[in-house]
Amino acid sequence: MTRKQKRGVLIGGGVATLAVAAILVLFALKDSIVFFHTPSDIIAEAVQPGQRIRLGGLVEKGSVVHEGTTIKFKVTDTLKDMPVTFTGVLPDLFREGQGVVAEGVLDGHGGFKADSVLAKHDENYMPRNVAQALEAKGVKLGASAHPGELKAEAP
Amino acid sequence: MIVEFGHFALILALLVAAVQVVVPAAGASLKDDRMMRVAEPAAVSQLLLIAIAFFALMYAYVTSDFSVANVAENSHSTKPLIYKMAGVWGNHEGSMLLWVLILAIFGAAVALFGNNLPPTLKARVLSVQGAIALAFLLFSLLTSNPFIRLDPAPPDGRGLNPILQDPALAFHPPFLYTGYVGFSIAYSFAIAALLEGRIDAAWARWVRPWTLAAWMFLTIGISMGSWWAYYELGWGGWWFWDPVENASFMPWLAGTALLHSALVMEKREALKVWTVLLAILTFSLSLMGTFIVRSGVLTSVHSFAVDPTRGIFILAILVFFTGGGLALFALRAKDMQTGGLFQPISREGSLVLNNLLLVTAAATVLVGTLYPMALEGVTGQKISVGPPFFNATFGPLMVPLLLALPLGPMLAWKRGDLLGVMQRLALAVLAAIVALVAMFAVEYRGPWLAPFGIALGIYVMMGAVIEYADRIKFGKAGRQEIMRRARNLPRSAYGTLLAHFGIGMLVVGIVATSAYREEHILVMKPGQSLAVGGYNVTFTGVESGRGPNYTSNFADFDVKRDGVSITRLRPSKRLYDAPPQPTTEAGIHASWRGDLYLVIGDAQPGGGYAVRAYFNPLVRFIWLGALIMFIGGGISLSDRRLRVGAPARRIRSPVAVPAE
Repeated sequence: MTRKQKRGVLIGGGVATLAVAAILVLFALKDSIVFFHTPSDIIAEAVQPGQRIRLGGLVEKGSVVHEGTTIKFKVTDTLKDMPVTFTGVLPDLFREGQGVVAEGVLDGHGGFKADSVLAKHDENYMPRNVAQALEAKGVKLGASAHPGELKAEAP
Repeated sequence: MIVEFGHFALILALLVAAVQVVVPAAGASLKDDRMMRVAEPAAVSQLLLIAIAFFALMYAYVTSDFSVANVAENSHSTKPLIYKMAGVWGNHEGSMLLWVLILAIFGAAVALFGNNLPPTLKARVLSVQGAIALAFLLFSLLTSNPFIRLDPAPPDGRGLNPILQDPALAFHPPFLYTGYVGFSIAYSFAIAALLEGRIDAAWARWVRPWTLAAWMFLTIGISMGSWWAYYELGWGGWWFWDPVENASFMPWLAGTALLHSALVMEKREALKVWTVLLAILTFSLSLMGTFIVRSGVLTSVHSFAVDPTRGIFILAILVFFTGGGLALFALRAKDMQTGGLFQPISREGSLVLNNLLLVTAAATVLVGTLYPMALEGVTGQKISVGPPFFNATFGPLMVPLLLALPLGPMLAWKRGDLLGVMQRLALAVLAAIVALVAMFAVEYRGPWLAPFGIALGIYVMMGAVIEYADRIKFGKAGRQEIMRRARNLPRSAYGTLLAHFGIGMLVVGIVATSAYREEHILVMKPGQSLAVGGYNVTFTGVESGRGPNYTSNFADFDVKRDGVSITRLRPSKRLYDAPPQPTTEAGIHASWRGDLYLVIGDAQPGGGYAVRAYFNPLVRFIWLGALIMFIGGGISLSDRRLRVGAPARRIRSPVAVPAE
């Protein structure tokens, strides 16, 4: 092989690898990213059942019901609320009246089926997405919204 | 008083760093020996000053001096001593101080052990190193000063985040930072070489030990973090593709590529320009990681930083060092002569493939990590990019890399015989096929890709074994000859073999635990049993206890295998006193087969408890594999040829070096 051909092989290989990677990235971005919504957004934007989303807001006071390992609660942005069911063990910091992010799908009957739940970090902290979304909706937050969250996942 | 002393020392370190930037660099341009020699005492005294600052802060933690704001916010008088000491870096300000301390240790090490470096190169390396220190000392003093006093001092502190109250806090951040920051040396060498305008094989020989050391510590740091998350967070997982994890993983990928391309440069004088670029990019990814973790752009367990001014400051540092480095590269790289020709099928060719795939993989991780931030910044749309993205992009790139891994070291330099190497690897392929068939026979219900993944891991492990057998002529020569060859094989060769073997183990562990994990979520009452992973687990009851600074509820489980009680597991929930925050402590029984992993949840009405039980097959292979890679790196680093280091400049090809 001449020097030029060798260089051609190297450059061709490099471009091919990058092209494959770019295609993989584009397909993965199309299929596997998850959008964040508050309960009001879901109604306003008509999110389809079966589409994976993240639902963020506050756990409504008095809404948490344990049925064995299945937990039912409502997520609210103080304007609208959304009933959520989750099977598993909740994160340590899950508490009524405090911030939460649930990931899953709408069940098509006005509810949300979560397969993972993230709870806020400590007494004053709230997941950043939740804090911003609530503030955008005019909800006053007392303490500063620090980053940091914990997560629980169901199978 | 001691705290002010530390504060003052940190300010002095800043001034010393400024001297270290200017004087040696000017000396190198003016060819003034005395000015160049300023670099050494500057680097050493900078280390001493930062060490004084660091230990002054540690003193404030150990003595619970709550008049120091940083201590009051992150410590508590009842905290056990080890967490008072390790708690120094369990927060933003303290961890930045650790960052600059490690940076200074590396700088001083180059000053003290770099005697064989040409004086101008050494002066320039230390000058660049001083510039990095200057930037981060400024950052520390202006935006993240750990020595600010409070008046009046609060009676007690707010306490350390309980998740961090674990012995791993003492090891994980220092190891991780040693890796992160260690790549600064490769960067400084690259910038110095560009300033010098020439570069040769000797350069790679000087850079490689530092890169290797950084790579080792990053490897062990990342794997310790993964292990810590595994047992502490109680989710049973070991890697989450969390941006904080990605922040350390990207420099690891680029650093691994750098390690391999520097090898080509050292042995064959090829890939010079690329290696210099990679050295700049690797440290840039370290800075990017620091930005992601420390600026507060993220929402994650690790991100304690909140103040946006910090983010902008680190971004400026990132832009300056990355942009400056790349600009210099663009100006000077064309002057560097290329060397060593090679055929595509050759050792060099295989290492180019390694670099191509590792760097592309790092780029996909970068896209997945930054895309959500960029999208939110531009459109306000909030998204999350999770494991499915990385599995679909990163995973496929690793397959050709792992397939080529055993081939590379067996190919000859310049022009390799692919067919011959494949024949020598026939046994590894055979072992992989046997494993594949066996896996399909035993675990036919699992995901169909998993047996291929395990076969790939076994192929990589066997490849390393075969390469070793080949090199010592096992089965081909007499026993004495084999022993002689085993003794004479350079340590760096042993290091490579071990690291490659470790990668294979890691792959087997990752695939097995991801594909064949068993998980149960149920409500258990005392007396009830559960069969999981070949164990019979009986819940016997719940007790409460008291730790040094927490109360805890233990659940007691009797674990039986084949009817014989083998251990008791006590997963618990802790409630810490300060801050009052609950944590979950998993109960884990480890064995070669895998881990039995129990987590206790909330008490249920009717006297039961929510219980999560996992069996994670071969999960220990992941950390054991990483540990073997770390040990391999250490053995390679102890190689005399690396330590003694510099041969005379412009050696064409090291003919005397044994086959490698």
